[in-house]
Amino acid sequence: MSTNPPSSAGKPAQQALQQQTRTPTPSGLRYPSNKKTIYDRNINRTKTSELSRAAFAYLFVEMIAYAQKRVTGIADLEKRLNNQGYPLGLKLLDLLLLRSTVPSTPPTTRPTRILPLLQFITTTLWRHLFARPADALERSAANPAEYMVTDNAPLVNEYISVPREISSFNAAAFVSGIVEGVCDGAGFRTEGVSAHWVGEGDAAEGGKAEMWPGKTIFLIKFAPEVLEREEVMGKGG
Amino acid sequence: MSYYFAIVGTKDNPLFEHEFGTSKQGGDGIARFREEARHMNQFIVHSSLDIVEEVQWGSGATYLKHIDRFHSNYISCFLTGTNAKFLLLHNPDTHHPSSSSLPPSASSSSPVTQFPRHPTPSTSSRGSTYGTPSSSYNPTAPAVEESIKNFFVDVYDAWVKTVMSPFYHVDGVVRSPVFRARVQGAARKFL
Repeated sequence: MSTNPPSSAGKPAQQALQQQTRTPTPSGLRYPSNKKTIYDRNINRTKTSELSRAAFAYLFVEMIAYAQKRVTGIADLEKRLNNQGYPLGLKLLDLLLLRSTVPSTPPTTRPTRILPLLQFITTTLWRHLFARPADALERSAANPAEYMVTDNAPLVNEYISVPREISSFNAAAFVSGIVEGVCDGAGFRTEGVSAHWVGEGDAAEGGKAEMWPGKTIFLIKFAPEVLEREEVMGKGG
Repeated sequence: MSYYFAIVGTKDNPLFEHEFGTSKQGGDGIARFREEARHMNQFIVHSSLDIVEEVQWGSGATYLKHIDRFHSNYISCFLTGTNAKFLLLHNPDTHHPSSSSLPPSASSSSPVTQFPRHPTPSTSSRGSTYGTPSSSYNPTAPAVEESIKNFFVDVYDAWVKTVMSPFYHVDGVVRSPVFRARVQGAARKFL
């Protein structure tokens, strides 16, 4: 009897099975003990909830140590740091757009041109990451596709002394990864964002370089199609 | 009034889709697409991506309002900072199918479960014979635009929370039932 049930009894059982599969099973999803998922948290943080510098420095040193394992050279190490920062930029773009507007009013704009995007990076993004805007924003005279963001004393380099044998290494490659993520996310493909020291021991700069020994320039090089679009849009609008 | 909501990634890949009906004026929140037209929704929304790309760089607004129309299906669009596209198809037809309305939880997870025997894509032009005439519906009316905007903004809030997850990668499909519940909640509230 149990091996061969009558067809009339089999049908309701099948239907019950179908209903079971149709209703979403809650067992797959685990809730935190306080029953609050990330969707229940407020996305707007108060200004006081900042991370301590010590915690950041400790974490960042570990990140560099992790990236430094089995690297072939400085370029490779910087590339790894860049890759660590990249997803951060993608996430921060949406988050900061949502937050930058006045609370209770929804976000209405997104950067569609190069200049608003760079202003977003140098003010909104920098303020969020380092609690101050970037020190300068320039366009390269030699190449119109290149823009330079200057930070006189990047927080990421504050507690880092670079060994003499790899003196050209700049840990701000992590920040350039974040910038690259923001540009890419907004639809401005770049041919790479890189961090460079500003002429250390450069005789021509003289006292200026001494005043800001950690001065770093982030070189943003946009892809040709971005400039092309910019030109077309500039004509239309 | 029936709605079909889809989130499309940067590579024109669908990340999330959801089907629902109006909750205003005593609506029960169940989508009442005509069974033979339901499978067209995905095609209609996908074809409107061309229009999105045309207007994407024109203005810096996130809410692009009503951008496309196919018979009585209207498409509204919202762009996030990372250029994920929120597309909402709204169809004012309010006919009452005899048996085709599935419960929303089942229909949303697999919108194209029942294929019609005779797909007739042009039937939506006859929408005026069913219930409220679609000609009286104006997708650019301020009240309609405002309520759709509110819906998008609510979803955007939940979307950013999804994106902030360290386990979420760009253009990844969103499977979270909590996110779906959030979209449902926003739909109940505003549409």
